[in-house]
Amino acid sequence: MFFDAAFWLPLAIMAPLTTALLLFLLPRRSGLLTVIGAAATIATVFLATLLVIQNGAARHTLGGWGAPLGIDLTADGLTVLMLALTAIVGAAITLYAHGYFTHPVHDATARTRYANFWPLWFFLWAALNALFLSGDVFNLYVTLELVSFAAVALTALAGKPAVLAAAMRYLLVGLLGSLFYLMGVVFLYGGFGVLDIAALGAVVTATPALAAAAALITVGLAMKTALFPLHFWLPPAHANATAPVSALLSALVIKGSFYILLRVWLGVLYPLGETIAPYLLMALGAAALLWGSLQAIRQTRLKLLVAYSTVAQIGYLFLLMPLLLAERNNLVALAGVVCFMLAHATAKASAFLSAGAIQLATGDDRLASLRGLMQIMPAPVAAFAMAGVSLVALPPSGGFVAKWFMLDATLASGYWVVALVIVAGGLMAAVYIMRVLAPLFRQVETVEARRVEHVPLSMNLSAFGLAVLAILLSFTGVYVLEILAIGAPWVTEAGL
Amino acid sequence: MINASVLYALAGVVLFGMGVYAMIAYPHLLRKILGMNVMGVGVFMVFIAISYQGPEQRADPVPHALVITGIVVAVCATGLALALATQLHALTGSARIPADGEE
Repeated sequence: MFFDAAFWLPLAIMAPLTTALLLFLLPRRSGLLTVIGAAATIATVFLATLLVIQNGAARHTLGGWGAPLGIDLTADGLTVLMLALTAIVGAAITLYAHGYFTHPVHDATARTRYANFWPLWFFLWAALNALFLSGDVFNLYVTLELVSFAAVALTALAGKPAVLAAAMRYLLVGLLGSLFYLMGVVFLYGGFGVLDIAALGAVVTATPALAAAAALITVGLAMKTALFPLHFWLPPAHANATAPVSALLSALVIKGSFYILLRVWLGVLYPLGETIAPYLLMALGAAALLWGSLQAIRQTRLKLLVAYSTVAQIGYLFLLMPLLLAERNNLVALAGVVCFMLAHATAKASAFLSAGAIQLATGDDRLASLRGLMQIMPAPVAAFAMAGVSLVALPPSGGFVAKWFMLDATLASGYWVVALVIVAGGLMAAVYIMRVLAPLFRQVETVEARRVEHVPLSMNLSAFGLAVLAILLSFTGVYVLEILAIGAPWVTEAGL
Repeated sequence: MINASVLYALAGVVLFGMGVYAMIAYPHLLRKILGMNVMGVGVFMVFIAISYQGPEQRADPVPHALVITGIVVAVCATGLALALATQLHALTGSARIPADGEE
């Protein structure tokens, strides 16, 4: 029983969910509870990951009902990579948040409000794990909403009017997107009579119902993933939230809705792979990359710059859609997209965490006020620089490996225009990262005159650790490729 | 021939479209939240309509279970949206989202 991955799948949801409930009931014990809860969640996720890597894909029938009537939890290579990513980035952000939210610069009322971070974050963690484990399109809708509610509440945590307006817009766009997705699910059920992704994959044909479902699902999820031109809600929400929340939103929440898009297109909507839809997504991805990068270059505030960089980097996720769908077992293209998610999650979390440390210490995040900070607070600055290396995709870094796979796949299939866009995106990223690094590393004479707040070790350690991880990911490309092949439903044509 | 279930499904699609329009076109938050609920009702009506399997057969029970789950989610969403709107109104005195000034 304990050596069966299926045993651990529901526990990977139960552990953070139980912790979240206990944190609501016993807020005074939050220090101990978060440590135990995070440890339990990480342990279950890693056991499930190791067992899936060793024994292959797993399926847990909740309550013994089984598909098509019951809801199944499934875990294949892609699932465990996302679960492990969430566990690692989540652990680093948990550590960071302990230092950030108890910092003496926050007054007593702010600290009381920030105490709500803990139950909400563990609720988000449970929702993300449930999302990655769902093998059923309707259950994916429910988890998508759970992720969205927790993310909106976390955004509103900062409490200022600007952030409440951003959270409200985020919630409304999220609801609009998920209702579009739900309408798509209705069309899938109406057309094919099942909701389980594997079962749907075996029966789908290119009918009008499938096309309608594809349009609704794609528009809804593109809205939630902030694909250009539906990205307008992202920069204010990500830039105005508190630093740990910005990191969670950019690193993990965005990946959740993209993961559903990827799963549903590869597993269910693939009969439409030869239509114009994947090319349209590719074109919007290229537009997102160019527009987001230009906006990032124009920003004068550090967190807005990092947020627009997210708008740009989301573009990369959509660039390979035609490759993924034209040949359903293009593992190199899939590895490019998945490596990119891993690299972006670690690097962007680190960038937001170090930007948050700088803002906390100096009380300011204008680019002009960053001058000479390398001399005063080397740890966050070094972390931001290393995260920047991965965002620009210089070797050796996770971003470099991801783009290597992407370029390999695009050139092998003759999509050289896409390859040019990928290279152009890297160059523009270099420009906006340099706009941050140039003032940070400038030698300044009057350093002593500048007073900055102390940054706790936990914050420096987590920002720096994630940046190191973003670099170390450059050695994992081969393993990602191997893990992705586990139980990938699109490798065998039958879908089951 | 147009039967009752097709009529219900079409009405659901129309409600969905009206909800989308309200969410996009009206600046007042309460109207947006109402629009979201109308959209949800539209989806649920289509869902109920497709469970019809002919006059001699029982309706498919699965969509009913899904709609009940969907209603629970919609109630949570409405609650969260109303709480945020109240808070925004208390802080800014307005129940509209301020125009985005890139700040």
